[in-house]
Amino acid sequence: MKTPVLSSWFGRGEIAAPPDIASATLRSDRFRLEREGEWRRLDAIVAQMEKGGLKRIADEDLVALPALYRTAASSLAVARETSLDAATLAYLEALVQRAWFQVYGPPRGFGGWLRDFVLGGWSRAVRAIWLDVCIALFVMVTGAIVGWLLVAQDEAWYYRLVPSGLADARVPGASREELAASLGTEESAAGLASFAAQLFSNNSGVCILAFALGFAFGIPSLLLLVHNMAMLGAILWLFSGQGLTVELAAWLSVHGTTEIFGILLSGAAGLHIGRSMAFPGQKPVLAAASEAGQRGAVVMVGVVIMMIVAAILEAFPRQLVDGTGPRFLIGGAMLAFWLAYFFLYRPPQRVAEEGI
Amino acid sequence: MNAATAKRSRVMVTPEGLALPVTIASRGSRAGALMLDVIIIFGGLLAFNLLLIWIAGGLLEGTALDPTAAPRGAQEFLQILMVISGFVTWYGYFLVQELGPRGATLGKRITGIRIAARSGGRLTPEAVIARNLIRDIELFYPLVLVFILLILNAEGEDIGLFAWAATGWFALFALFPFFNRDALRAGDIVAGTWVVETPRTRLAATLSTQGAAANRGASEVTGARYEFGDKELAVYGEKELQTLERMLRDAQPEALAAVHATICRKIGWNPGAGDERAFLEAFYAQLRAKLEGDMRFGKRKADKFS
Repeated sequence: MKTPVLSSWFGRGEIAAPPDIASATLRSDRFRLEREGEWRRLDAIVAQMEKGGLKRIADEDLVALPALYRTAASSLAVARETSLDAATLAYLEALVQRAWFQVYGPPRGFGGWLRDFVLGGWSRAVRAIWLDVCIALFVMVTGAIVGWLLVAQDEAWYYRLVPSGLADARVPGASREELAASLGTEESAAGLASFAAQLFSNNSGVCILAFALGFAFGIPSLLLLVHNMAMLGAILWLFSGQGLTVELAAWLSVHGTTEIFGILLSGAAGLHIGRSMAFPGQKPVLAAASEAGQRGAVVMVGVVIMMIVAAILEAFPRQLVDGTGPRFLIGGAMLAFWLAYFFLYRPPQRVAEEGI
Repeated sequence: MNAATAKRSRVMVTPEGLALPVTIASRGSRAGALMLDVIIIFGGLLAFNLLLIWIAGGLLEGTALDPTAAPRGAQEFLQILMVISGFVTWYGYFLVQELGPRGATLGKRITGIRIAARSGGRLTPEAVIARNLIRDIELFYPLVLVFILLILNAEGEDIGLFAWAATGWFALFALFPFFNRDALRAGDIVAGTWVVETPRTRLAATLSTQGAAANRGASEVTGARYEFGDKELAVYGEKELQTLERMLRDAQPEALAAVHATICRKIGWNPGAGDERAFLEAFYAQLRAKLEGDMRFGKRKADKFS
């Protein structure tokens, strides 16, 4: 760890005027004194950019930046072959590195990236991991079937699969009226907003976990998917026993088409990382992992947005809209919207986004 | 550069084909930066939540301290603020700062490190997002899990093998940086980034324009002129030259006197006293002129042994 330099926090000290070039007895020092002014100018511009004041930099400075950077880089290349002045070499190396970070820094701020993300980047990333989405979908359907079958064989499984907090009235042996009541609506919207915030915070946590666990070759992500869907299968079994399958499906579909889709995507993103680490193909493992990780990260930002939408749907429309028809309408519309956005919406990719 | 730093230095090739030396941040400074960041986040959230609670307390005033009479909408709004602020701070703090021009959070800036793309290309927003999402399973989920288990255990519940699994999970990721050369954590691998030291060097003065070096070896104190022959300059190489440069820039007069005596013994001169600096400046300038002259013809002498 380097000791913090206080002067770097409180502005820079006065810079002494460079000595007369003719007074230098060494050729390498004359080389340095001739170019020192440009280095200092680059230094000042880079320092300004690091402070984040891109708007306060004069236009001619911004225009000059690439040229100054290349001058400094070529000065460094020349100095390495002709100069033995360690202090100048260290300064140039540091300067070129700092300038390099700025010239090849993140191309846009967070805002600009977010705009490109919504306008095409997100759906591109989802399409890029289509195989993992298919695998995750298969695993989820299997998980739901397994949950159903387990509970159908032995009711004790229900209490293991469904957390007790969810199973207040929804337990095996409950009457049809009790179950139907749990699908009903609230009288007013009071309290639902904070419920939504809680749901969002919770669900996005689960999704990020499913993604991050993909690091262990994707297996924990899949287990998490199976566990979640087994719970759904168990609840489905319970309601279908009382002939409430359609009502439950409508009740779930309002937010479920968004939420379960989001969980599907986060599991797929995790699986994508795991799969590319296990089978990197022609690339080195590290390169394959980082490529997959970056693609997965884009999907995950999208999943967080989907979780916001799902939480709002779950808290308001689901609790306020009654009737199977309207509920299916909301859920179906959301599903159609997501599918169209991911698979039909294909704006042309801007070349600049490709980076270097 | 000592051995520990040399072990951490790497070469990064810019798109111009220029090899730039970078130094991998030490594991200690990264741990320190993370602790600072966590302290800042928790301190900030705590202060914010206390403020919200204070406002919520204010809502009760004028209702004769009856919680049911307090405005519900306002209470709910405060609750939402609490939940959302936690989420946004936790992810936003790292994302926004690491995407900024410094590529570092406040903690990283204080310890003098930043993140960079391992490939030498651009640091993309995707990479920053990926490395920050992975941090959750590396550190915070297992830490929280272990804490919960400890509390359960203190309450007398049997936690059994589960505690060992959680501890193993935590240890696996926390020790990850110790098992690869570049001190990468799992998030760095997934994102294709690494953490390097921020260079911070100021341009030092030119030595050949000062003192005896500028006056063709003539001392300002005594007026004596130091001239060295080829044989005398041949005893040292680049390594010694740069050590001498460092001494001339920062060393104390006593240290210079010791160096002066050593050089005089080596080249067979009779060391005098009182004019060490001028002697060393002259020796430095002439040795450098000779070595740089040889360099232009492709002859390099790394140190006194070569």
